[in-house]
Amino acid sequence: MPTTAPTRQATVAARAVTKRFGDRTALRDVSFEAYSGELLAIIGPNGAGKTTLLSILAGIQAPTGGEVSSPGRKVGWVPQQPAIYSKLSVAENLRLFARLEKLSDPDSAVERMLDHTDLHERANEEVGRLSAGNQQRVNVAIGLLCEPTALLLDEPSASLDPRQRERLWGFIGGLAGRGTTVVYSTHNVVEVERYADRVLVLADGELLFVGTPGELGRAVGGDPRDFEAAFVRFLDLCGH
Amino acid sequence: MRWLLVKDLQILRRSPLLVALLIIYPITLALMIGFALSSPPGKPKVAFLTQVPKGQGRIRFGSQDINISNYAKDLFASIQPIIVHSQAQAVAAVTSGRALAALIVPADIPQQIQSLVTTGVGSPMVQLILNSKDPVERQFADQAIQTRLSDVEQAVSKQVLRVAVSDLQQVLSGGTIQFGGENFRLLGLRDSRRLLQRAITALPARSPLRPELNRVVAFATLAIEGLAFASPVLGSIGTPLTVDQTELAGRTTPAATYAVTIAVIFSLMLVTLVLAAGMLALEREEHAFARLVRGLVSPGALLAEKVVLAGGCAAAAAIVMTVGVSTFVPLQWSRFPLWVLALLLAGIAFGALGVAIGGLAREVRAASLLAFMLSLPIAFIALVPAVAVSGSLKSVLDAVAFAFPFKPALDAANNAFSGTAPAIGWPLVHLAGLAVAFGGLARVAVRRFA
Repeated sequence: MPTTAPTRQATVAARAVTKRFGDRTALRDVSFEAYSGELLAIIGPNGAGKTTLLSILAGIQAPTGGEVSSPGRKVGWVPQQPAIYSKLSVAENLRLFARLEKLSDPDSAVERMLDHTDLHERANEEVGRLSAGNQQRVNVAIGLLCEPTALLLDEPSASLDPRQRERLWGFIGGLAGRGTTVVYSTHNVVEVERYADRVLVLADGELLFVGTPGELGRAVGGDPRDFEAAFVRFLDLCGH
Repeated sequence: MRWLLVKDLQILRRSPLLVALLIIYPITLALMIGFALSSPPGKPKVAFLTQVPKGQGRIRFGSQDINISNYAKDLFASIQPIIVHSQAQAVAAVTSGRALAALIVPADIPQQIQSLVTTGVGSPMVQLILNSKDPVERQFADQAIQTRLSDVEQAVSKQVLRVAVSDLQQVLSGGTIQFGGENFRLLGLRDSRRLLQRAITALPARSPLRPELNRVVAFATLAIEGLAFASPVLGSIGTPLTVDQTELAGRTTPAATYAVTIAVIFSLMLVTLVLAAGMLALEREEHAFARLVRGLVSPGALLAEKVVLAGGCAAAAAIVMTVGVSTFVPLQWSRFPLWVLALLLAGIAFGALGVAIGGLAREVRAASLLAFMLSLPIAFIALVPAVAVSGSLKSVLDAVAFAFPFKPALDAANNAFSGTAPAIGWPLVHLAGLAVAFGGLARVAVRRFA
């Protein structure tokens, strides 16, 4: 479900970003731009540096070298594991983060998010009692509270069943359609093929490819319908 | 910070077991201390057997009788006697656990004492049978009996000395004694010398008796001087040593108040450390830390919130506990503002230590366990008396105690509760310094959280 051609206005950009943890280099000279209304997927094997790159874009970690530009507080962040309080209810979690975001009307923001996530009926239930899928919906909703210009998601569909996944991507696609830049990491190459406008391939901290999923398939030849095989072959060709 | 505090209080409200423990623990401790301090220690049950036949507990010394049976009453002040009638019954009472010990007074004890005080030969002995099963109970019974026996011993020897001094006075100055139901007038050394001196003056100047009688007068003079000196010496043997006690450190804390202070500060420390360490580790366990510190809250503000939450809650619980204990132990209510100040600042310092612990641990369970395990040695080191260890070890323990908030918290609360030395100023400054130091350590530790 690729969206319409993105408008060419960079909202998130990384320039020669490097990150070291002691002797280990997690990211090496990574540069790219993401545009308004674009869905940009980051894929790569385990330990490629996907989460580190998203953390740096989100402002959680500082890069060792290079720089990032993003619209500051208007970047929504959805970590891989739900960062919510299991002893609080859905509404209390949303209200807490709405207040910490210093939104002018926290209560209406909570209502809006309950509508978006369709969790009105579970609003007063403790988050710890919800299914993993519903917890992830609350997690995403908190990332959207500040109505972000750019939304960063770290493996957002990892704990969801196919129906929940479909619903999540429908929701995220709607955000992109309204001009939000969406950058997400995933291990699910089907999600890349179906939802991403462009894809970044990272391996061992190196940015190996930036382009559309179709361009990645063409780069390695073979069956253009089998994106997963193209991705694996691409990694093999690059020596990863 | 306000909304984080509200959030943490909501979380605590939904953890009823934890909150119940936090409230019940200090109150239970306070009640236990109160009851322990306000109830006198019980008397140990001791099987008592006297083999001295009725009416034969008297010893004759000089001009007076001493009834040693009267001293059994003194012994019974310290024990709860179970009167038995044979040695077998005494042993059975101890073996069965009905009595902690048995005390047996043999039949010949009056004769042994009589022989000892009149001829210096004799070994009066009582038999003590103790149950060795429980060392604490054994020591309790042993101490109660030994202390009271020592009192009885002293009382008997004092009585004997009193009789000896009285008889000596009669030898010196004369007096009336009873013998065989009749009164006899004793002449005494002083009167004897006077009569002799008068007789010598009545003798002819060249009488051969004069030198002989003058020798007797000289002996009498020497004896009077010697015995006159001996009387106060004998009198002083009963209490050979007098202790002149001087307190140098101003007002001292009553033992009960000090025990209360230790209990309150230990509870405060335990609750604060567990709460601060646990609530900070919870932010990591719930993966919320990274989301919070990416612009919503600074790490410093987050740590300060945990310190205020833990320190404030624990100080409130400690104040409730102190008020409860003050029902049993008199504390100075006029210094109540200082109670609050000391407990709040102690709570803040312990809270800072707690977040430093929470910063080191990844999980709530690990943080709580670490906090609990640290509490015991911190308190123990601060409470080791100076005289109990060698100089160099004492210096090490002092340095360790200085590095943690327990000792200054104890000093501050001690002064706040009873107005005794040391003054409250330095402990409060010390606590503030430790709060800053541990807060800094926690700030470094949470860098690993993101």
